Amino acid sequence: MALDRTIAPLIKDAVDFDIQLKPYQKYTLDNGVEVYAFEGGAQEVMLMELVFFAGNSFETKNWVAPATNYLLKNGTSTKSAFEVNDAFEFYGAYLNRSCFNETATISLHTLTKHFSDVIPVVSELVADAVFPENELDIYAKNQIQQLTLNLKKGDFIANRFIDEYLFGINHPYGKYSSEDAYNSLTRSDLVDYYNKYYKEGKCIVFMAGKFPANIESTLNKYIGSLPLNKNKIEQPEHKIVAASQKKYNVVNDPSSVQGSIRIARHFPNRHHPDFAPAQVLNNIFGGFFGSRLMSNIREDKGYTYGIHSYLQNHIQQSAWLVSTDAGKDVCNATIEEVYKEMAILREELVDIDELNLVKNYMLGSLLGDVDGPFQIIGRWKSYILNGLTEEYFYNTIKTVRAIQPEQIKDLANKYLKQEDFYELVVY
Amino acid sequence: MIQFDRFELANGLKVLVHPDTTTPMAVVNILYNIGAKDENPAKTGFAHLFEHLMFGGSVNIPEYDEPLQRAGGENNAYTTNDLTNYYCQLPAENIETAFWLESDRMLSLAFSPKSLEVQRKVVCEEFKEHYINKPYGDAWHKMRTLAYTKHPYQWMTIGASLEHVEQATMEEVKDFFFKFYRPNNAILVVTGNVKTEDIKVLAEKWFGPIPAGKPYVRNLPQEPKQEKNRSIDVRADVPMDMLMMTWHMGGRFDASYHATDLLTEVLGGGASSRLYEQLIKVRQLFSSISCFHFGTIDPGLFVITGKLVKGITMSVAEKAVLEEVEKMKTELLDVKEVQKVINKTESMICFEDMSIMNRAQSLAFYELIGDASLMNDELAKYQTVTPELIQSTAKTIFSEGNRNTLYYYSNTTA
Repeated sequence: MALDRTIAPLIKDAVDFDIQLKPYQKYTLDNGVEVYAFEGGAQEVMLMELVFFAGNSFETKNWVAPATNYLLKNGTSTKSAFEVNDAFEFYGAYLNRSCFNETATISLHTLTKHFSDVIPVVSELVADAVFPENELDIYAKNQIQQLTLNLKKGDFIANRFIDEYLFGINHPYGKYSSEDAYNSLTRSDLVDYYNKYYKEGKCIVFMAGKFPANIESTLNKYIGSLPLNKNKIEQPEHKIVAASQKKYNVVNDPSSVQGSIRIARHFPNRHHPDFAPAQVLNNIFGGFFGSRLMSNIREDKGYTYGIHSYLQNHIQQSAWLVSTDAGKDVCNATIEEVYKEMAILREELVDIDELNLVKNYMLGSLLGDVDGPFQIIGRWKSYILNGLTEEYFYNTIKTVRAIQPEQIKDLANKYLKQEDFYELVVY
Repeated sequence: MIQFDRFELANGLKVLVHPDTTTPMAVVNILYNIGAKDENPAKTGFAHLFEHLMFGGSVNIPEYDEPLQRAGGENNAYTTNDLTNYYCQLPAENIETAFWLESDRMLSLAFSPKSLEVQRKVVCEEFKEHYINKPYGDAWHKMRTLAYTKHPYQWMTIGASLEHVEQATMEEVKDFFFKFYRPNNAILVVTGNVKTEDIKVLAEKWFGPIPAGKPYVRNLPQEPKQEKNRSIDVRADVPMDMLMMTWHMGGRFDASYHATDLLTEVLGGGASSRLYEQLIKVRQLFSSISCFHFGTIDPGLFVITGKLVKGITMSVAEKAVLEEVEKMKTELLDVKEVQKVINKTESMICFEDMSIMNRAQSLAFYELIGDASLMNDELAKYQTVTPELIQSTAKTIFSEGNRNTLYYYSNTTA
């Protein structure tokens, strides 16, 4: 019997998959620090992430939060920056830190067998970072050079400006670095910030992977004994000051062969009932490779290597963005096509076949996203920091399964209106 | 230890299966033994352009992505100088969809003129985005041309020039496909929640009927030993000077490969590495510096590159790099420092092996270079590297005459 290759094999619709977010284990250390842990995986590796409420929302001087976070591992009272790095790297462990808007993190990836060798150094960084003056000097100097380089890139400029238009230059979501900001950082800015938001700050711990024996008592010894959670930390209020002008053309490099396009509007956070259904609309619009923007602007017209739309990952207030780099001569045509796709979504019902494809794609990827210990704890972390519970996970799945073309059209009429969008091209 | 089963179809397609029942997902990975090095020097960029065309529909299926997304799957692909690799991940229950899609595009593409026209443009935009519209974007193009006089590693996968991609014709596309995209020139790896017996049935059903092609016998011009150091100056509108130095090294099968890999770690791996500590922190000559190697199958390049701190001259920076390099030849490394880079490598391997996607890609790569089970011997090979071996490797690589230097000057500092 000849094989008929025109007929697709039967599939199980991803909407019928039973997708579970496996539960975490939770315990509290002696100092009140909460630990969320997910144990699993085949490899003898693990992740520990300390989340501090030390993001740039808390700083009163620009760039103090990211600088403090970055320089945390550049020396303690007994170890130089080199010795700190060597202490982790000798065991093949990775110590990373990241600064976000509300939170800032210290994360450790290590072989399970070496956890007990490196946890004392993590503890030391939280208790005893000293921020040597010359480390700050080198940091500022090198960051300024990196900034000078980045300012040559249209996409870098575009990302800064679009956030500024949406939120205002003084808002944590809209501010950015500058040569002045780096130059005016002082050691005491960093030490003060560190003392308040790390050393005695509010901390939550997330763990995943294969754990060594007695993990709880080890954590208690090295993290539970620190003077954390001493200060009551209030999330400061920041007023959004959005730009009044909506359209911008910036010439950064006259010889540029491409333009960086950003089209954006405000959008509520995850607690808003429109957030989950808007994810479906976003996928249809520009959220994955098979989206309308990608099919039209890349796959049909070849104007760009890629075009994407997404909802920003902010806790307080999100934004909906379209982002692409397109050939200089086709930037205007690209923008026109983006608005055309918005209009089609507002005016026409999405075909049920296309909607089902997007639902299957979203739930299939979700199944893959909650596979593996690091992915599982990552999702839990996001929910916990956003003040959400597992209900959100299951409700989102329900929403995706149930949404109909009429709701998609209503959402498009509510949110995909050309006049609401900021528009920027940087050449 | 990664366990796997292996079998081969009558048409020469090699199939590897690594079951892992802890995940609900499966990965289907197809590696084609065709990279940018196999291209005609007058038509470079073809292997990579081809990767794009592989998503433009196949003979019986108008759209590749759509049915896969409908099955809850995702996919992507990449092209290197040595190979082209396609992979998709989907819920294991829908794995047959991946077999259907992948086998049809191995059978034959649709060769739609529209797809060729559009993907030529898309690749040109990719070229602009990464290599023209970016400071220092042309550095690698220049370095490859400087370092390789004969071997096809002298061009990048994106192509030597935009024109080559713009001029690609349908005739050339078809020839390329039927020459390289044949079952006997491919390796299929399946990982995840699957059973080998089921994969055997599926592979036979979907890939079995595809005719084998004429075996591709690779016969590439080899790079002659470089006897004299070479260098070029570049001036461009970039904010700071950049120094890029490369040395010829052994290929993937060379006995010195693992020692070379550890040597890059000693010099440039992380904030406790020598170049970082000495040149960024202590002497403050560079604002960033890195050391790595190509990891290519044929002899590749050992690379040190960094951006200079404003006010530091190129000759001071170069001299400082060469001093660090010289130490690797004259001073034996401390056992502890070697232990560190071995520990780092062990850790890297364990983290890489966490996902079924990485396991699939590694199995395919090691099968390409001889035997997938080599993947399980890698750590042991690193563990046998001694300070003496690293030193002798450094002596060979950093020998006089083997060096290529790109002095990339900022117009504003000149």
